[in-house]
Amino acid sequence: MMTNQTHDFTLAEATARVRIDELAPVSRFSLRVRPAQAATLGRALGLDLPDRIGRIAEAQGRTALCLGPDEWLICAPEAARDAILAAARDAYEAAPHSLTEISDREISYRISGPAAQELLTIACPRDLDLLEPGRAVRTVFDTVQVVLWRDGPQEFRLDVWRSFAPHVRALLEIGQAELAAGL
Amino acid sequence: MLLIHCPYCDETLPELEFAYAGEAHVIRPEDPSAMSDEEWRDFLFIRTNARGPHFERWRHVHGCARFFNAVRDTVSDRFLLTYKAGEPRPDLASLEAAQ
Repeated sequence: MMTNQTHDFTLAEATARVRIDELAPVSRFSLRVRPAQAATLGRALGLDLPDRIGRIAEAQGRTALCLGPDEWLICAPEAARDAILAAARDAYEAAPHSLTEISDREISYRISGPAAQELLTIACPRDLDLLEPGRAVRTVFDTVQVVLWRDGPQEFRLDVWRSFAPHVRALLEIGQAELAAGL
Repeated sequence: MLLIHCPYCDETLPELEFAYAGEAHVIRPEDPSAMSDEEWRDFLFIRTNARGPHFERWRHVHGCARFFNAVRDTVSDRFLLTYKAGEPRPDLASLEAAQ
């Protein structure tokens, strides 16, 4: 016979070592542009587009993350959405590119606390010691493609595609409960 | 788990981020309709099936999403070299000497 034991943790117990928070929506864009035109387009968007994968540039609340040799993820407050689209449209002649809005595609979670890195190791195959604060990478989390940001030594952010988010959230909460139980 | 060096990210990363994509340096014919059935069959299906160093394509699908080439020993699973797509096929003798 199968036996089930459920732990009734209080919120304070569960979050003492690691917190999981769903973050407010932001504007997100997927940008593809040839490296030769990246600087021109970056100037139009007010960002110095980084040329190394995993590096981040920030200016006026806008963030650009280099995901591939010709691919960037642009994040900005929702209020800046129209300004970004207009700026990119004006720069199209000088720097042909593809800028696709993906704001609704992903949900972001913040994972923070002394055990944040340990929690992520349950499903992330990367060596997180090598991911320096202030960098971000596209990787996998239990077969789900995610963008993993390291905002600080004990603070991470996960961008998860909307349809995979319940699975990722459930997995994180199992891990959180296990860490709280000292397993 | 295999650790694979992505030449675009310039990092050595876990196999789970990558996808295998068949033999490398298979050149697509410029005029398929001029080929005989046997030549077309060979292009589509016949591969070297090497025992030892094998030139193959990989894709860093959960990372920079780029295809690149690799030389992997099919016996030991050891990667001898990875290099960017479009770069010339490296010389096997000098590669093995370097190991």
